[in-house]
Amino acid sequence: MKLGVALLAAAAALLSGTITARGAVPEAPRVHDSVVAGAGMPRTLSEFGFFADAARQVPSPGVVPYELKVPLWSDGADKLRFIYLPEGTQLTADGEGLLRFPVGAAIIKTFAFGEGPQRRLIETRVLLHRADDWTALPYRWNAEQTEAALALAGGRLDLVTPAGAAISYAIPNKNQCKTCHSKDGQVIPIGPKARNLSPNWLGDLRRQGRLAGDIAAAGRLPDWRTHATGPAQPLARAYLDVNCAHCHQPGGGASNSGLDLRWEQTDPHAIGIMKRPVAAGRGAGGHDFSVLPGRPEASNLLYRMDSAEPGIAMPELGKSSIDHDGVAVVRRWIAEMK
Amino acid sequence: MMIRTALLAALFASAAPIAAETHRVEPGAGAAERLQEALILAAPGDTVELGEGRFVLTDGLSLDVDGVTVAGAGMDKTVLDFTGQQGAGEGLLVTSDNVTLRAFAVENPKGDGIKSKGADMIVYDGLRVEWTGGPKATNGAYGIYPVESTGVLVVNSEVIGASDAGIYVGQSRDITVRGNVVRFNVAGIEIENSRNALVERNVATRNTGGLLVFDLPGLPVMGGGNVILRGNAVSDNDTPNFAPPGNIVASVRRGTGVLVMANDGVLIENNAFENNPTAHVMVVAYAQPFGDARYNPHARNVIVGTNAFGRGGDDPQLDGREQLLAAFGGALPPVLWDGIAERADNGLKIAEGVTGWSLNLARPGQSLAEARPGPLMLTPVADWEFPEVGAPAALEARLK
Repeated sequence: MKLGVALLAAAAALLSGTITARGAVPEAPRVHDSVVAGAGMPRTLSEFGFFADAARQVPSPGVVPYELKVPLWSDGADKLRFIYLPEGTQLTADGEGLLRFPVGAAIIKTFAFGEGPQRRLIETRVLLHRADDWTALPYRWNAEQTEAALALAGGRLDLVTPAGAAISYAIPNKNQCKTCHSKDGQVIPIGPKARNLSPNWLGDLRRQGRLAGDIAAAGRLPDWRTHATGPAQPLARAYLDVNCAHCHQPGGGASNSGLDLRWEQTDPHAIGIMKRPVAAGRGAGGHDFSVLPGRPEASNLLYRMDSAEPGIAMPELGKSSIDHDGVAVVRRWIAEMK
Repeated sequence: MMIRTALLAALFASAAPIAAETHRVEPGAGAAERLQEALILAAPGDTVELGEGRFVLTDGLSLDVDGVTVAGAGMDKTVLDFTGQQGAGEGLLVTSDNVTLRAFAVENPKGDGIKSKGADMIVYDGLRVEWTGGPKATNGAYGIYPVESTGVLVVNSEVIGASDAGIYVGQSRDITVRGNVVRFNVAGIEIENSRNALVERNVATRNTGGLLVFDLPGLPVMGGGNVILRGNAVSDNDTPNFAPPGNIVASVRRGTGVLVMANDGVLIENNAFENNPTAHVMVVAYAQPFGDARYNPHARNVIVGTNAFGRGGDDPQLDGREQLLAAFGGALPPVLWDGIAERADNGLKIAEGVTGWSLNLARPGQSLAEARPGPLMLTPVADWEFPEVGAPAALEARLK
């Protein structure tokens, strides 16, 4: 009996304690739609509310992580990718191409180096789908890893890549975001194309009512994890599409080169085969053609991929070291080419 | 009456747009970040003013706001120094319209100097782009580099040491390049795959080739033409070609004054040529194989009018140099034509008194071994029609 009363009292105390605690706890994490869709440039990443625990990259409700079959390489950075859809909105699949995002949606990508407890968040880039256009903003993490601040003018920091290269890592400035993310002068997303997303992930979204449209073309790109042994042609074309084609396509930042490295491009000359370099400067490297079949060592495209020297290296942005896996695949592709 | 005027003035004042602002950036600590931030935060109509001194930069700068003026204190006073550049393909990239760049210098960028892409109605005024170590293959390709633009005015600027072209205008239209000095570049000024260009009163000296007008295959924009080269001083273009191999300009012969390759409509008149040891003027078809059905490799409707041709052609960088010099009495005549005409009526035309020699080739891509060099046998034309070309008047108005 005595025990029973004590238990009851304890339970009551617990209950009241819980109630008190609930009153003191800040509101549940949520994304601030007015900040995402508004016109401003928030000074800190936390103002968006994308993360319940930003340092651990735990997303808020409505923020969904995703992965790409072939990721864009950025000095070997580990990338944590998320999309945010406002309540009651959905994505629309459009064949194998870019998903269409509703106004108010956002794409969030955090760049990190190091494993486990050693992981250091470097920067988080956000793409905000606002009423007039997409807006791209870069945020740089502080040393304490407690907050990321708007880095309009970008920045640099020294780090060692997973491949062991000591580099000066470049955080892009706001304009440089646009350099890659623009087509015909408009800012657009690059990554989330149906062909580069897993059918399972897209299927889940559809079941949740967060995606409309046909996803039959999903996941057509090869899985980059097979890069060492998989067939070279599709891997190389997928790699060039993901890493180069945002600039090297009509309407892209390098349209004047005439080089079009999109996955869907079928004209051999357009993808560089027997095509003479244009405006390459010392990037030409003494090579007469972007891609000379069977001769990777004499192909300008590979020469520029295999360099980390500004003025020669491609891509021009987001790269301070060489992606040896990417180089190996493209080398294999050109070597096998008749 | 007085009150009325005052009222009117007040009315106009209130109706005027928000006043354009001037954002001044001085060199010194944190200048790179302050400058890039100013370029991002500028509003249309604003001026970003660069103080006197040296801005030390490790990354390329970029401008993407329409209607902005970037102005320094002078091409020798405000210097954007990219000697320690670690990233980006150029010193300054402009991707917005109606921009004016004025009175500053860009030194030692790792790639191109100042590039404007898809940036219509741009003015480059009183700038200097220089690779300070002299002509080297490791220098960047282009100094001043507008591409894919309509409305381009480049005036009173200087480019030194570009490993491709000092001033390069590509895939653009309605262009004026005037009063500039280009020296120690592979190509002084190059107009490529562009239409309606006026290149006048420039000084092109000590380059490998002075003024180039090219139309190349396989590019998004082709069909270059309607180019006037007028009143330029083209002299002493004798610097050995230092372009990295693989570039089209690596094939330019040391000692070329003007080189026209392909194109439809080029007028060369009232220029002064002196001491260009290979040829003062060279007119040729595009000779490489190509698979682009849209492309015409012939040089059509090229007119060499009256020019002042001084000493030249006396040390040509050509196969058979000795025999050629002997055959022509110690110096080649000023105009070199490959002899290739698409049709009888649209080949090379010359004014009275213009002399030259021809390779007497018949078709583009034909081996030089089949050349049968001989004096130019063209009947001079007394007059010709050529359209007026150049940048829109609105760009000239910005110079005032």
